[in-house]
Amino acid sequence: MKIAVASGKGGTGKTTVSVNLFSVVQQMEKSKVVLADCDVEEPNDQVFLKGEFDWSEDVTTPIPSINEDKCVYCGECAEICAFNAIMFVKPIKHIQVLPDLCKSCGACTWACRYDAIKEIPKKLGVLNQYKLIGNSLVEGMLEIGSPFSTPVIKELKKKVGEHDVVIYDSPPGTSCPVMETIHDADFVVVVAEPTPFGISDLKLMAETLKQMNKQAGVVINRSNSQNRELYDYLEQENLPVLMEIPFDRRLAEQYSNGKLFTEMSDGYREKFENLFAKIREEVAEELSNL
Amino acid sequence: MKQVTIISGKGGTGKTSITAALAATQANTIFTDCDVDAADLYLLLSPDIQKRYAYPGAPVAEIDQEKCTSCGICESLCRFDAIKEENGIFQVIDFNCEGCKLCMHACPEEAIDMKQSHNSEWYESKTRFGPMIHAHLGIGEDLSGKLVSQLRERAREVAKQKNAGYILTDGPPGVGCPVIASITGTDLGLVITEPTMSGLNDLKRVADLASYFNIPLKVVINKYDLNDSMASQIEEYCKQNDFELVAKIPYDKIFLNAMLKQETLSEYDPAHPINEIIQDIHKAIQ
Repeated sequence: MKIAVASGKGGTGKTTVSVNLFSVVQQMEKSKVVLADCDVEEPNDQVFLKGEFDWSEDVTTPIPSINEDKCVYCGECAEICAFNAIMFVKPIKHIQVLPDLCKSCGACTWACRYDAIKEIPKKLGVLNQYKLIGNSLVEGMLEIGSPFSTPVIKELKKKVGEHDVVIYDSPPGTSCPVMETIHDADFVVVVAEPTPFGISDLKLMAETLKQMNKQAGVVINRSNSQNRELYDYLEQENLPVLMEIPFDRRLAEQYSNGKLFTEMSDGYREKFENLFAKIREEVAEELSNL
Repeated sequence: MKQVTIISGKGGTGKTSITAALAATQANTIFTDCDVDAADLYLLLSPDIQKRYAYPGAPVAEIDQEKCTSCGICESLCRFDAIKEENGIFQVIDFNCEGCKLCMHACPEEAIDMKQSHNSEWYESKTRFGPMIHAHLGIGEDLSGKLVSQLRERAREVAKQKNAGYILTDGPPGVGCPVIASITGTDLGLVITEPTMSGLNDLKRVADLASYFNIPLKVVINKYDLNDSMASQIEEYCKQNDFELVAKIPYDKIFLNAMLKQETLSEYDPAHPINEIIQDIHKAIQ
């Protein structure tokens, strides 16, 4: 089962839910559980889990390099490039690849009739694996200055592969990196806050999930039962509330020190166990309806 | 004209609330919401939309089944797994297509064309504090960096027309494409961080990004009293790296209460002591 933890707005508690859920699931399940930190721009799961470093590998992408001994300055590569990643000034025979714009589609290599283009790997980010008592955390980390996070997420997910339970900690928002993270999830846990910003961004997320035909439920963080707008919206959209976490200064402090809620003696372990049981039920129910 | 962009690395540190609070102190300024993925500044500034523009999304390939002879060249060339064959019929998976057009050029039957998705929009609006440029990004769109650049370009044009002294931009979280598009060429990045380990981690990454693009930074610690010792660690980090720590804002429900009324801080409670801290930030970004 693949569970993605997502939110429209940033800072609603995706990481909190992912790491605490992971910490209980790995004790509930006999088989292997993997947490994939797909928030590759700002990965923070390891701050909370403190796993033992296992291995690391670079994520690269092929970028064209032009051999000017073979190049006849026809300009066909620059013309075919849909991303303006090859600058070509014919009169002065100036040709230059702009790696930050290149999407590695290979069109220039295909178009070149003089075998003047060779593609060389450029680092986009890195994958790090950490060991946690028989289970693992794999995080993707985007290279600073590199604009494209989606290819790093793609490689991360390939590396993680299939296991009995995989949890994806998603980046915020609803654009391409988020879709890449959640497209193969069996269930999406949306973390939402009952504030005007939180509700506005939750609506965008709910629309996205509807369009992708994803089964989802909501964890309300810093919940406030007086604000009915969020509950009314969830009811109207038929999105189940899986768990509520009230605002509590002690929780905020626990989080700020990089510690798990499940380490506290306030019943959070049971609450997260309960969350996992609910996700299981929701997924089983959906399967029986098919 | 001075351009200031508010960033954070980590999401949810208070960028938008602080941008709005600053908006109320700024005269002669154009406001831009570049967090196009989760644009929320409109909730506090209540823009009155004057002009709407369609923003063409990434073009994706489309196969004309009448011309297609199922040779499979497109599928073999596509590096994004965006073309799949089922029972001899080749189809484009829109979600995977990057719009590189290689399949279109390579198809011997000329059976492939590109279609635009047009599902984003951007706006020029009036607010009670000045003009605002903002957008609504279509679901799953990949070109948010380009949309951000478009918003900033228009903001600069409007600033020139109106002789505005400032552009104040609410930026996105993270360090990826839309953040890069939001900070390149700005005069100052104002980082809003929080006293948590994740906050500091993310501050370091966004600071590295700013230094990569040579953007000077100043820092605000929001909700600093939720963890005084983490706040001191952030102060120490700022000192070591020569980032001016402009202000420390205590945790206070006033931000949430003002948001619930769709007001900025000074409109909601002009006598509240945090207004003075906002004034300090205002001075630091002039």
